[in-house]
Amino acid sequence: MADALIIGEITDGAPASATLEGIAAARRMGAGQVAVLLPGADAASAASAAIAGGADIVYTIVDGPAADGEFDALVDAAQAAVTLSGARYVIGAKTLTGRDVMPRLAFRLGTALASDCSVVSLDDSGRLIATRPVYGGNAEASVACLGSVAVASLRPKSVDALEPDTSRIGEVSPLAFEANVRTRVLERVEEAGEGVRLENARVVVSGGRGLGGPEPFDSLRELANMLGGAVGASRAACDAGWVPSGYQVGLTGKTVTPDLYIAVGISGASQHMAGCSNSRTLVAINKDAGANIFKEARFGVAGDWQKVLPAFMEQLHELMG
Amino acid sequence: MTLHIVVTAKQVLDPETPLSAFNVADNAVSTAGNIPPVVNGYDEQAVEAALRIKEAHGDAKVTVLSCGTDFALDVIKKPLAMGADELVLLQDAAFENSIDPTMAVAALTAAIRKLGDVDLVISGRQASDWDNAQVPLGVAESLGWAVATIGRKVDVQDGTVRVERVLPDGHETVEAPLPAVVTVSNELGTPRYPNMRGIMAARRVQPTVWTVADLDLDGTASPAFELVSLKKPERAVQTEMITGDDDADAGRKLALRLREERVL
Ligand SMILES: Cc1cc2nc3c(=O)[nH]c(=O)nc-3n(C[C@H](O)[C@H](O)[C@H](O)COP(=O)(O)OP(=O)(O)OC[C@H]3O[C@@H](n4cnc5c(N)ncnc54)[C@H](O)[C@@H]3O)c2cc1C
Ligand SMILES: Nc1ncnc2c1ncn2[C@@H]1O[C@H](COP(=O)(O)O)[C@@H](O)[C@H]1O
Repeated sequence: MADALIIGEITDGAPASATLEGIAAARRMGAGQVAVLLPGADAASAASAAIAGGADIVYTIVDGPAADGEFDALVDAAQAAVTLSGARYVIGAKTLTGRDVMPRLAFRLGTALASDCSVVSLDDSGRLIATRPVYGGNAEASVACLGSVAVASLRPKSVDALEPDTSRIGEVSPLAFEANVRTRVLERVEEAGEGVRLENARVVVSGGRGLGGPEPFDSLRELANMLGGAVGASRAACDAGWVPSGYQVGLTGKTVTPDLYIAVGISGASQHMAGCSNSRTLVAINKDAGANIFKEARFGVAGDWQKVLPAFMEQLHELMG
Repeated sequence: MTLHIVVTAKQVLDPETPLSAFNVADNAVSTAGNIPPVVNGYDEQAVEAALRIKEAHGDAKVTVLSCGTDFALDVIKKPLAMGADELVLLQDAAFENSIDPTMAVAALTAAIRKLGDVDLVISGRQASDWDNAQVPLGVAESLGWAVATIGRKVDVQDGTVRVERVLPDGHETVEAPLPAVVTVSNELGTPRYPNMRGIMAARRVQPTVWTVADLDLDGTASPAFELVSLKKPERAVQTEMITGDDDADAGRKLALRLREERVL
């Protein structure tokens, strides 16, 4: 039995960072006993890392369609884990998988999902209070979950994981459930670019509609290379076909939290900022001094990037030797 | 057999509304001036996906479902002007646009059941008001239908739907048996503009209206959430604008300033 259940994921043989963040969120809100569902071939070894990360019970699934990441089976597994754990609070993450699995799980449990939360807490009567950006980030809502089970998903990187404690003891048990798969994956094509992954980059240089075409992204790549970073983009630049959709930063794109985010020719719509506003230092270059991005940036230059950027890069070359 | 496609379309506040006209007060959002609402952007893409299937399939019918309390008819008729065949408004004071998707899921599910012969539901990936991204998944669970999300290409063939899904770094093709629910994303491409003929034809259509009573929904959906607070987020950034003799000079000064602050 547990009070909270984290719908977890495994990446590279270990609990995903979003999963460790979910465990930490449950512990910090004082939920009590925390169980984690870990589907994946490496679940047995990942389980110890989950326990070190704050879990008391780990339900593992090491083979079959759920372990392979089939969404239908994951919903079935999650539902079985809720029943088995008796958890009142179910927490997942707004990851590729969580985006599909968490809402479906919530409706199966007779409630709805508090999605994309930045904060979860408990009120005096033990209700889960979920705080989340809405209207593309232009407003922030807090809701109290009313059902007998509360289901929430966290926006990745909005909570810090706990410091791992390898002396912690927990229970690991395989989960038995029946999977009913209807939507099948026929083919998957990876298009990951070369170089630093956007999500992990310490420096991100992003371009928007103001760049005017695909060629200027070469300058952004050059700048990113100089700084050991990656290139991102606004949705407008992706929709125009200047860069692949994998470059998109924002509400419906990637969430990045680099030390330095440089936005070039991006107006700073809330839906874009949703993916980058937790960057440590945000720098904006935009020819419109009234652009919203200057309300969010730490440093700004109101000017034409065609003039600003080459001079910036030249000066940078000099500084960096 | 006619392929019956339902498109769900929500009327939302224009997401391009300038921040200065976007007000949050008394736990509700409103806009200053007369900024008209729009059809949720992804739902126009859902209409586009349905029309592409109709063109490829020949014998198909597209019914648009929209759930709400008040509709701007010239706005919500846009899918008809684009080429959809029918519009059913699920309109009732009980269908208040709230952060809680429970009611919309119940109403859309009941309407799809009432239509009876639906093969495929196409929805947008999320509504640009509450950003819930879950109503279509809730409808699929309520109906017990297969689901595939965030498609950029949707094809129907021999009782199955094939969806090319957008992944963070790539794409995948999935297949599901009909009936199914599919959501689409902006990667599907720009939705077609209504032409004059479409606009004129849409103007003549009287949408069907179904209420709570028509859908047998009285007292069925218990709320999932209670809104505790709604406010504008606080931004605590102190912006420093870097200026110079000209744009190039400002660029050089930016680099120097970032080095000074040890950002670089
Ligand atoms: C539900 C929803 C989800 C969304 N999700 C995302 C998302 O995940 N990511 C995202 O980015 N967007 C998203 N959007 C879109 C978002 O609302 C904006 O439309 C988009 O971010 C605008 O991109 P942009 O800033 O590149 O273009 P614009 O808003 O057109 O801005 C271009 C900027 O370039 C500047 N400029 C032009 N020329 C120059 C020059 N020579 N030098 C310097 N500056 C110049 C202009 O002053 C302007 O500010 C979403 C929208 C919705 C409704
Ligand atoms: N009230 C509604 N009426 C019609 N369709 C809706 C409604 N609410 C949500 N939808 C559909 O569900 C999709 C996702 O919405 P949401 O889950 O609210 O983000 C939207 O793009 C619409 O296609």
